[in-house]
Formats: sequence, structure tokens, C-alpha cells
Amino acid sequence: MTERESRLRALDALRTRYAITLTAAMVVLYFGFILLIAFDRELMGTLIVPGLSWGILLGALVIVVSWLLTWWYVRWANSYYDRELAELQQ
Amino acid sequence: MRALTHALLQVAQVPPAAVVDSGARATSIGQPNAVAMSFFFAFIAVTLGITWWAARKTRTTEDFYAAGRSITAGQNGFALAGDYMSAASFLGIAGLVSTTGFDGLIYSTGWLVGWPVVLFLIAEPLRNLGKYTFADVVAMRLRQTPVRIAAAIGTLATVIFYLIAQMVGAGGLIKLMFGLPYETAIVVVGVAMIAYVLFGGMIATTWVQIVKAFLLLGGATLLALMVLSRFGWNPIALFRAAAATYGDGVLAPGRLVTNPLDTISLGMALMFGTAGLPHILMRFYTVRDAQAARKSVFYATGLIGFFYLMTFILGFGAMVLVTPEAIKAVDAGGNMAAPLLAETLGGTPFLGFIAAVAFATILAVVAGLTLSGAAALSHDLWVSVVRKGEATAIEQLRVARIATVALGMVAVILGITFKGQNVAFMVSLAFAIAASANFPALLLSIFWKKCTTLGVVSSMLVGTISTLLLIYLSPTIQVDILKHDAAYFPLKNPALITIPLSFIVGIVVSLLSEDAEAQAKFAQVERRIHLGANA
Repeated sequence: MTERESRLRALDALRTRYAITLTAAMVVLYFGFILLIAFDRELMGTLIVPGLSWGILLGALVIVVSWLLTWWYVRWANSYYDRELAELQQ
Repeated sequence: MRALTHALLQVAQVPPAAVVDSGARATSIGQPNAVAMSFFFAFIAVTLGITWWAARKTRTTEDFYAAGRSITAGQNGFALAGDYMSAASFLGIAGLVSTTGFDGLIYSTGWLVGWPVVLFLIAEPLRNLGKYTFADVVAMRLRQTPVRIAAAIGTLATVIFYLIAQMVGAGGLIKLMFGLPYETAIVVVGVAMIAYVLFGGMIATTWVQIVKAFLLLGGATLLALMVLSRFGWNPIALFRAAAATYGDGVLAPGRLVTNPLDTISLGMALMFGTAGLPHILMRFYTVRDAQAARKSVFYATGLIGFFYLMTFILGFGAMVLVTPEAIKAVDAGGNMAAPLLAETLGGTPFLGFIAAVAFATILAVVAGLTLSGAAALSHDLWVSVVRKGEATAIEQLRVARIATVALGMVAVILGITFKGQNVAFMVSLAFAIAASANFPALLLSIFWKKCTTLGVVSSMLVGTISTLLLIYLSPTIQVDILKHDAAYFPLKNPALITIPLSFIVGIVVSLLSEDAEAQAKFAQVERRIHLGANA
């Protein structure tokens, strides 16, 4: 195995690790929300201030955090991953 | 056509503004409306203009299926959002929130959470490994014929169920909003979508999605701003007003989530189904490289997330300003909440605009679905299986166009056949098949060295068949449609069972079978995942 191949393999392992970790974060985030709805309705219905329940706040947060996770991944991939890959391609 | 002319003639007699007062509500929904008709014809004219322009640029199969890989990341972000945001999400969720409150919002979050999964696991490998369809990726190191056939079955099952739901929805919606007869509406939708795809291929389809995404996001934003202007620009004041009239219960989980397992199962179908929708996956081939594919998902997630956050405002806005009683009086399913809200806030002209936006939404989604179905028929079945990859470019393009017309006609026929049927479940069925047949096969073939042809094919077939079977045995069909007392299978959505089942079958059968070629070619897959076809 050449050095280039082993570096490519290491980069692949790193990207896969990122992909799996972030997917796991998404699963925890969303199914955490769903499980709270399913098993702790009382909490989800509790008002933080009049007009805003935990359910609505967490629902909006699931959407925002999902998007932030994609932003985080794209930022990493656009800088670190693409740079490493470009070096390996030379 | 006669009905259309008739409808146009009636336009002149419609009063300029709807009579709206808070007591007995009069609505001009269901009457042909001059503004709606003008926007509707303007949309058709613009999109056919785009199609004419795209037709002149569509010369090769690469143009037809993948827009010549010329779409930018930003454009593809809008196109993905356009392909994904169906009328179900615009009208359906707004209706659900306006009549049930918080429960409807579970869908708003569920429809978004699949996108990060698409980004992390699928988008880049797909772009680097495939050419036109997701079957390209699955078949890359496996035996072509069985894999292509199984993938085409998964694709066509997903596309057909999604198309039926959209067509039936379109017919009903247009009837409700423009007063056109159901069949006329279906034929108008069918003819327009065939025209886009047949002549303009992926270039036209992409730009139709982009125009639609702008209209839908623009329309929904305008509507949300008009709602917020009545509540001091504070969403919490809006929710407080809803709770003041209908109780704090509207801000809490309610009767829609009585069965936790059902909720989890639906969540799984939505989360993993997005990563298996053929018309969404096909979009990643329209951009130049994996980096553009990656960026486009980021843009799409932002646009779609923003849209679903607005459904919070639209839903509760309709609850407070239109009232659930008035919404259900027009349509028992609540689907007219957003149009009624538009009428309340901006009179008949704004109702017309929102109605035309909803129509454009459906038209764009069915065009995208038809193109991906046509690709499965022509690229996967005809060119790869029947002709073993030996078809000339001219033949490929011709077959793709024949498939487009055939599929478009099937969609129209099915749309008319299922008139008046409850087909809302077909969207979740499409997601369940995508999640159980297409997604596991994609994931196994990209990431797992030991998967074999037999394993992946079994996984796709078991995923498709078990989903169809369990849906048939579920309360959705047995109780709601066949009117039996009880169902054989307790869950409305089978994804909780079928996704793990499909993975287990794929893994176990792979371990029990031999496929030396598949393992030998994995090194090539690993290289191409990063470096693309030029590796």
C-alpha cells in the first residue's frame, strides 16, 4: 500500500466517523423529541411562559439544530476534508 | 377543455372581493377566481417557456437525466426544496396545526430530519459513484441485472404511490379552489407535467422546481408576516391567543399521538425515507461534483427548515383568525386552512395567489416524480437489463421519452381511478418503501465491503414486499378503508419493523452467500467515493 493510499484510507475513516457520529446525533435529537412526546406529555405541555410550551420550543429547536448540524458538517468538509483530498490528488 | 372555458367565462361574474366577517363566514373558495386563474396561467406560461428553452439545450442523455451536470449548488438547493415541499406539507400541515394545534407540528419536524441524514450518509458518495439513478450506485460492484430489476421495483413502487397521492390531491384541490371538474384538473396536471419532462428533461424539471420553491416560500412568508403583523410580530403572542380561546391543550401533545409506537414508526419512515426517495436522489447528479452536492443539501435543509418553522405560524394563525370550525366547514380534512387564512388576510386576490401557489407546488412535484420513474424504466430496465448497456445515445433518449409519456399517462389514469378514495396514506407508504427498500440497499452497498448481490437484492425485495403487506394488514387499510373491526397488524406505518428487517435480511443473506467480484471491486468503490469517476 502506497503512502497516498493509506492517507486516503485514513481520510475515508475520518469522514465515515464524522458521518456516523452526526447521524447518531440526529437520531438522538429527533427520537428524543418523539419519545418525550410519547412518554412525557405532561412535560411537553408545560408552559415556560404563557403561550410557549416545552413541546413547541423543542420542536422548533429540533429544526434549528438539524440545520446547524448540516452547517457544521459542511464547514468541516469544505475546509479540512476538501483540502486533504486536493493534496492527495496532486 | 370545455369546462376550462366555462370556468373562464364565469370569472367575470365573480365579485371582486370576498365577503368576510367573523360571524357567518362567506368564502369564495370553490368559485373560479380571476386572480387565481391569472396566476395559474402565468405559471403555466412561464414554465412552458422554460421548457421550450430547456428543450433546445437537451441533446444527450446526460442533459435529459442530469441537466448536463450544470446546476449550481444554490440552484440545486432550491430545486431539492421544490421537489420535496409538496402540497401535503403546505396545505396538510397548516390544516393539521389549525385543527389540532401542537400535534400537527410533529409532522413539521418529522419532514425535516431526513435531510441531515441525506447529507451525512448519501449525497456525496451518490454523486461520486453514480450516473443517473441510485441503482447505478447499488449495482456498481454487484451483478447488474438482478440489482437493476430490484431497484427499479423499489423506485417504481415509491414513485407510483407518491404520484397517486399527489394526483388525487391535485384533482380534489383544484376542484375545491378553482371549481374545475376533477377529471379536467387531472388531465391538465398530466399534460403539463408530461410536457415539462418530455421536452425539457431534467433542465426544465429543475427550473420548474426552482420557480415553484420561490413561489411557495414567498407566498408562505408573506402569509406568515401578515399573521404576525396582527400579533405585534411576536409568535408567542399568537400561540397565547390560540391558547386563550382553545385552551392550553392546543400547545401540548394530544389525541393524535395516542400510540407511541406509531409515532416512532412514522418518525423512522420520515427520517430514513427521505434518503431513499428516487426523485430526490436523482438531483445530486445534476451538480458538478460532490462538493456542490454537499452544499446543495445544506441550502435545501435551510430552506425546508425555514418553511416548516413557518407552518407553526400559518397553522396557529389559521386557528385564531379563521377558526377550526370555519376551516372544517369548507373541507373536513382541514386542507383549506392556508387558503382560507390568505382570504381572511388579503381577500380574494391573495386567496387566488395562494391557490395558484398550491397548484404550482403539485405540478412541480409530479414532474420530478415522473422523471425519476422514467429513468428507472429506461436507464435501469431498458438500457441496463434488456440491452445490457449496449444502447446508442439516440435510442436511450428515445426510450426515456417513451417512458415519460407512458408513466405520465399511467399517473393520469390512476389519478382518475382513485377519485374520491382516501389516498393520504400513500405518501407515508411511499416514504416507508423508500426507507425500507432503497435506503438499506444504498447504505450497505456504499459502506459494507461484505455485501453481496444476493444479499442486497433480497434486502430490496423484502423491504418492498413486507412494507406493502404490513400496510395492507394495518388499521389504515383494514379499518379505515375496508371497514373491518380490527387490523391484523397494529401499526399504521410499518417502518419500525420493515427497516430493521430489510437490514437484517441484507446482512444475513450477504454473510451466507459468496460474491467474489463484489468484494474485489470494493477498493474501487472506496476510491471513487472520494475522488469521483476520474479516480
